[in-house]
Amino acid sequence: MSLVSVNDLGVRLGGRAVFSGVSFEIGTGEVVGLIGPNGAGKTTLMRAVLGLLPFEGSSSLAALPAAERAQLAAWMPQAREIAWPVSVESVVMLGRVPHLGTLQRPGVEDRARVAAALERMELADMRDRPATQLSGGEQARVLIARALAQDTPLLIADEPIAGLDPAHQISTMQSFAALADAGKSVLVSMHDLGLAVRHCTRLILLGEGRVIADGSPGEVLTPERLARVFGISAWYQVTEEGPVYQPLEVLR
Amino acid sequence: MRLALPLLVAVAVLFLVSLLTGPAEIGLGRSLAALFAGGEDPVALVMRDIRLPRALLAVMIGASLGLSGAAMQGYLRNPLAEPGLIGVSGSAALGAVLAIQTGLAATFALGLPLAALAGALGGVLLVMALAGPRGTSLTLILGGIAVSSLAGALTALVLNLSPNPFAASEIVFWMMGSLADRSMTHVWLALPLMVVGWALLAGLGRGLDALILGEDAAQAMGIDMARLRLMLVVGTACVVGAGTAVAGAIGFVGLVVPHMLRPLVGAHPGRLLWASALGGAAMVLLADIAVRVILPDRDLKLGVLTALVGAPLFLHLILRLRRERI
Amino acid sequence: MTLVAILVLAMAPMAAAEQTESPPPSDAAPGRVVSMNLCTDLLAMLLAGEGQLWSVSQMSLDPMVSPLVEEARGHEINHGRAEEIFLMRPDLVLANTLSPRSTVAMLERLGIRVEQFAPASTLEDVRDRIMQMGRVLGREEAAQALLARFDARLEALEADEGPRPRAVIYHANGYVSGRGSLSGDILDRAGFENAAHAAGYDSGQVMPLEVLALTDPDLVVTARTYPGGSRSEEVLSHPVVRAFRAGRAGAVIEDQSWVCGTPFVLDAVEDLAEVRRRIAVREGE
Repeated sequence: MSLVSVNDLGVRLGGRAVFSGVSFEIGTGEVVGLIGPNGAGKTTLMRAVLGLLPFEGSSSLAALPAAERAQLAAWMPQAREIAWPVSVESVVMLGRVPHLGTLQRPGVEDRARVAAALERMELADMRDRPATQLSGGEQARVLIARALAQDTPLLIADEPIAGLDPAHQISTMQSFAALADAGKSVLVSMHDLGLAVRHCTRLILLGEGRVIADGSPGEVLTPERLARVFGISAWYQVTEEGPVYQPLEVLR
Repeated sequence: MRLALPLLVAVAVLFLVSLLTGPAEIGLGRSLAALFAGGEDPVALVMRDIRLPRALLAVMIGASLGLSGAAMQGYLRNPLAEPGLIGVSGSAALGAVLAIQTGLAATFALGLPLAALAGALGGVLLVMALAGPRGTSLTLILGGIAVSSLAGALTALVLNLSPNPFAASEIVFWMMGSLADRSMTHVWLALPLMVVGWALLAGLGRGLDALILGEDAAQAMGIDMARLRLMLVVGTACVVGAGTAVAGAIGFVGLVVPHMLRPLVGAHPGRLLWASALGGAAMVLLADIAVRVILPDRDLKLGVLTALVGAPLFLHLILRLRRERI
Repeated sequence: MTLVAILVLAMAPMAAAEQTESPPPSDAAPGRVVSMNLCTDLLAMLLAGEGQLWSVSQMSLDPMVSPLVEEARGHEINHGRAEEIFLMRPDLVLANTLSPRSTVAMLERLGIRVEQFAPASTLEDVRDRIMQMGRVLGREEAAQALLARFDARLEALEADEGPRPRAVIYHANGYVSGRGSLSGDILDRAGFENAAHAAGYDSGQVMPLEVLALTDPDLVVTARTYPGGSRSEEVLSHPVVRAFRAGRAGAVIEDQSWVCGTPFVLDAVEDLAEVRRRIAVREGE
């Protein structure tokens, strides 16, 4: 079953085409890494898929009414924005907004989801602290927990692990894998190709104004593409510890 | 909810004190009896036609200012947003003055508050256009200064051109606000628009909560930003316009009250809405009692008192925000 | 002959008709007079000789405050500014003691004689101002005649005895007229008790609306509101004031007869005395 289906999607910003002709589908149980150099349009693609900016072509998510879409997909923007000194738990509880009626207050199930998300992101100890007083990495985890609490079949996250310490980078990616095991899917943009290779079931490489490659990490990250798109060389091996990928040198 | 009860009690007590405050010395029992008994004797006249409308207007206008201040701050995610400071009240005053001087206010009953609403609407739209979607403090304050000084200058111009010799000296009333000598007529004039505005602003809670995470995230959570913006703009214009039309521009209430109550509601913009409405009512009641106690013989303007409390707080906020972002 | 003149003129309405018949001013009298204040405008128009008064202030053209609009049209109009008055080359400028100091000082520096008239705060002051105007214009005789008519008419008005109802003169912003003000004196001469004064409020003081309500006067006299509307005047249409005016007698101050210390104040006394007689009739019923 496909959670989102994107067809011939294109976005123009300021008269310039950022990308065009992008088509893909995301089914259940996938962790899809969206990779590409700076300026390739990863953020723009994700926002267009959600219908948050004008685009050409079609996206099944963008076609839905806002309330329905919020039941289907959670979105974690790159900007780590927490405007007021509300408690960590309150921020995570915002993930339940799409599930509440106009005057409905959070119930037992909402609380349980929030508690699980807090636990998952190792935030249970700081649930009562003002979110604005946390470090950047901690705030990122709070926002990931918020997106998890929304409990949607699809999670779209824009560079969620940027700025996290190594342990939390790995555990966050493991959380995404756990979601996939439970039949949900994640579309996540990232720059750390090593983590992408180890934790994603599939990679979409965006560059040169189009989707250059879409497939398993091994298929996508060929040495020629790395040289052409990123301008680097890398060492890639499937070991007993799983796939290991290490960028080596800049080629140009 | 632990906050709601003390606030409600405070508003109720201050309302009573306001009813009992005035230059005419009337005993507690006699004044309250006159309020309910009716009749045409002078004490009943004082209670029903002078003190009751004054206390009612203080509650209505205070609630409006607190509510709209909290709503604007929540929307712009900036604690400096306040209808008085950013020129919305000033523009409403311009609309009201135009309605009075052109005779529109005399032509049909709601002409005055509707003209003030139109002025307020223009002010809100202008400031929001100048400040941008996420109003940074700098653009917000600059836009606010531009709009308030323009509105103030035009108000002064209209009053100076008036054939009425009293009008020219009334810029102080329009800029500072006063509840002296208001009547039930003014209550009925302001109430319809205020009720509409309250309903619109009270419905913003969930959207403002979601906005904690930014417009993009809020939108992805199913919040219709265009609708939210429309409700905010129209709601603010309704309550500020109606209030300013009958009592002039009273500044700083929408700044001070949300600021003081924010820690008590866990900084939730949604919960801050109703808390600020109650807090605003209490603050304006208190200020209006104070102007009558401090200078019983003169019409000390309400805005003078609120500014004396609000301006230092405003400076403090600017200093604090300078460290964070501007 | 003088006696006859007094009797005849006392019955005639106050007017400036006789100025056209009066002889030209004597050599000592100023030949070209400019008045820059409404109150001096009015007195000068009543007393000046043929061609003696060159210009009056713009206020004289406003029917709200000026009882002599038609006469004023026959003169040049000034706006009380030193420059324009200087260019009129006057022998004498008539000003109020409350006229802008800078304007008066400027005219005096330019060598122009300025005569200042203090505002009248009693009917006695009105008599003084009439004589003062007669003196500075060199028209003492006309002033004497005007004064005699004034006194006779006032005496007739005051002869009317009866109960003294309680009245409040209520201005914009809630100011009242107490004793020692022209309107307070008008009220007194018309046979009213000044209820504001009795309640402890005098001229220049604001009587709060609720004190007015509790004072419960028999009559509330309010000023006619100016066009354009203002918040200051809104108090005059407050339900409390309206309630007083609805149930009982109400009177409106016509500024043209109340505002200046001229013989026209007797019109105001006459109007108020009429209101008092109506109150007495109603209470007698």
